[in-house]
Amino acid sequence: MPSLRVNGQTYELSVPDDMPLLWVLRDVVELTGTKFGCGIAQCGACTVHVDGRALRSCVLPVADLAGREITTIEAVGKTPNGQKVQQAWIDIDVVQCGYCQSGQIMSAAALLAANPKPSDAEIDAAMSGNICRCGTYPRIRAAIRQAGTFA
Amino acid sequence: MTGNPMLSRQPMTKPAGLSRRAILKAGAAGGGLLLGFRLPRMIAAEAADNAVFAPNAFIRIARDDKVTMIIPQVEMGQGTYTSMPMLIAEELEVDLAQVGLEDAPPDDRLYANPLLGLQATGGSTSVRAMWEPLRRAAAAARIMLIAAAARQWRVDPASCHAQNGEVIHVPTGRRAPYGVLVDIAAAFPVPTNVPLKSPNEFELIGKPVKRLDSPIKVWGEARFGIDAMVPGMLIATVAACPVPGGKLRGVDDSAAKKVAGVRQVVRLDDAVAVVADHMWAAKQGLAALDIDWDEGPNATLSTAEIVRQLDNASQHSGVVARKDGDAAEAIGHAATKIEAIYQMPYLAHATMEPMNCTVQMRPDGCDVWVGNQVVARAQAAAAEAAGLPPDKVRVHNHLLGGGFGRRLEVDYIAQAARIAKQVAAPVKVVWTREEDIQHDIVRPYYYDRLSAGLDEKGMPVAWTHRVTGSSVMARWLAAGFKDGLDPDAVDSAATDFPYAIPNMVVDYVRHEIPGIATGWWRGVGATHNVFMVESFIDELAAAAKRDPIEYRRGLLGKLPNSGAGIAAEAEVAWGGPNPQFARLARVLDLVTRKSGWGGKLPPGSGRGVSLQYAFGTYLSQVAQVAVSRDGVVRVERVVCAVDCGIPVNPDTIKAQISGGIVFGLTAALFSEITFENGRVQQSNFNDYRVLRIDEAPVVDVYLIKSMQPPGGIGEPGTAGAAPALTNAIFAATGKRIRKLPVKDQLRTL
Repeated sequence: MPSLRVNGQTYELSVPDDMPLLWVLRDVVELTGTKFGCGIAQCGACTVHVDGRALRSCVLPVADLAGREITTIEAVGKTPNGQKVQQAWIDIDVVQCGYCQSGQIMSAAALLAANPKPSDAEIDAAMSGNICRCGTYPRIRAAIRQAGTFA
Repeated sequence: MTGNPMLSRQPMTKPAGLSRRAILKAGAAGGGLLLGFRLPRMIAAEAADNAVFAPNAFIRIARDDKVTMIIPQVEMGQGTYTSMPMLIAEELEVDLAQVGLEDAPPDDRLYANPLLGLQATGGSTSVRAMWEPLRRAAAAARIMLIAAAARQWRVDPASCHAQNGEVIHVPTGRRAPYGVLVDIAAAFPVPTNVPLKSPNEFELIGKPVKRLDSPIKVWGEARFGIDAMVPGMLIATVAACPVPGGKLRGVDDSAAKKVAGVRQVVRLDDAVAVVADHMWAAKQGLAALDIDWDEGPNATLSTAEIVRQLDNASQHSGVVARKDGDAAEAIGHAATKIEAIYQMPYLAHATMEPMNCTVQMRPDGCDVWVGNQVVARAQAAAAEAAGLPPDKVRVHNHLLGGGFGRRLEVDYIAQAARIAKQVAAPVKVVWTREEDIQHDIVRPYYYDRLSAGLDEKGMPVAWTHRVTGSSVMARWLAAGFKDGLDPDAVDSAATDFPYAIPNMVVDYVRHEIPGIATGWWRGVGATHNVFMVESFIDELAAAAKRDPIEYRRGLLGKLPNSGAGIAAEAEVAWGGPNPQFARLARVLDLVTRKSGWGGKLPPGSGRGVSLQYAFGTYLSQVAQVAVSRDGVVRVERVVCAVDCGIPVNPDTIKAQISGGIVFGLTAALFSEITFENGRVQQSNFNDYRVLRIDEAPVVDVYLIKSMQPPGGIGEPGTAGAAPALTNAIFAATGKRIRKLPVKDQLRTL
């Protein structure tokens, strides 16, 4: 019976050990902000933080996450970088359909935590695992640049 | 929240997960107006209790001053949940924040899109279609509220005006908020002759407004169809026969039923679904099935065979869509003749949110939770599958995680209803990405033949274009398919053709491939024909050894070599003096200036241009590319000039054009759906590639100030992206791309 720390809460789960975190979040814990896009870590829609690192929850077996601190889009705004990124996303009006944006924001917040003032090339490298079908990339770059300049 | 047996929480406090009430509060903090589209039923009930003033199908005003807009357009990223209430707020004289939204119920009579004839969001029509009806609806309501105040105060209505949700009696300064006037206003007849503000009186329209749906999408609170939660709900995933038209012969589900969490295996005539406690169990169960398909008549279908058929079909003349002068005769006498075949592949939509639909079937009716662009059709499809009259089906539409035309279809809704009929609980059917890509309703394969005759100066005296492909219109809206002609298939080729060429013939050969249903894809007819026309015009410019922009400019607004009869005919066709030509010239001039056209570039680099009039919008873009020695194309920059008439929300317009260009570049560079042994060969984002941020160009969009009525903005950027790209590749390498996608065609350089 895996136990899981999500957004500061502990959950005791009765699910298969190999069940990916994505489906635990969406179908069991009922945190639907984390999105399903591909199931094979190709699109980034399911990105969450595990001990602060941006990882693709669709390929993370839940049993491997015991004792790790998981943060999802629903709580990333309580972290300084998450808050800055979300504010920049709103200021610049990045979103269109919005479906990929949870994952984009999680990747961007992890980037800024590791590298507070990323160059454009560093932004591109860190964000290249997150697909946006609406093509919001130019505004994603602008929002990360802006978030990086917040005090 | 539902009690969930898979989950026990420690400590037993409220989880971080938001309860429905918590979502409600969070939404209100960020702007109460967002509530309407998150919880339509709740708001609908509230509005019904409270709304006493309902002058038309779109506006409800309650005693507490709350304005509710009943919105027929769905939100799939294009910004309708902001632009539509802007149109209401402008004429109703209320703050935009005062307008709440409620999804329109399925009703093709009340809520048909005037440009499409049914309740649909698509074709870049929302602002164009609703521009006048919504402003008139709001203006009528405002006039009635003013009349109500004037009666109450026993003054002349002409001495009152409306501002910020109040009626003000100008001589005395008396004020009444709308809420206190609604009972009186409701008794007045709805005025029929309603004057509208002139564009220079607009206070909101034309100002950049922040999207109202941004905060919930940024906070992870937005509810898409796939996020629907119904008490007791199970999750299903599905495998349809991999060969279109095939049937299920049998399935051994013994291993699947042993997967923990699997509840049921549902058999349809052409698919199998595994119903489970969660998606992981459903996926594991599906993988454990041993399915025996009867592949049916399309089991040998292959792209090579499809292209051979289209090539054959394209050798015979089709239904004439446009004929000016005598193209055959003029080509016969031309100094130079040029011919080319251009091809565009089948395309999947690959919306980020895979197809999904949640259905709760009850003996006396059913509920459907979904994101869809044609809500009345969604209702009809579920009703038919359920064996219920449509009025017994309630559709709860959601935000769409991408539409691009895929959600103009209802196949996934009918399928979910058929599955739900066999399940004793509400069931959310979620397609895997593989299912989504392999069972899309694809954009047609087009196989077009073009030819032109040039005079001694290299200018075209004749142009022929034969379109060959399947018809979307004949399947999707049969009434629009007349006399063998699909108007969409020749849009931007016969109609909305931007150039003046005296002798022209455009014809259309419909050729259907059994088993392959084809559908709308972002940019529809224009995305197809702007590539054809703008590529071929570029070929003509190259043959004439002329600058591509200069050459295009030479084809605007005058008719070279025209005899008197032809000139008169063409003038009638273009509506006399040609404002279109002037607007085309303006976007071309602006993009020339902003793109640094003609400036020096390093070897292996080049710029390409495209020009178009589509969806009522004039647009020109210049792509700048660098092609490496090993043939890898990098799009460095795209500059775009747009004249879309009056811009309702300029910031969203720029975002739509920019995003549309990236969408078009993805398709042009990478995208194709191919068939072998009757099966789609692509499966996920690893082999159906999407442009990533490190491959995305800088995109600069410039809007031309205009007082003309608005044009569409969702699709024009996509339409011109491919030819700007491939013309730039030609400039960089001398290689003309006549078949999309580009993929590795440059590897042999």
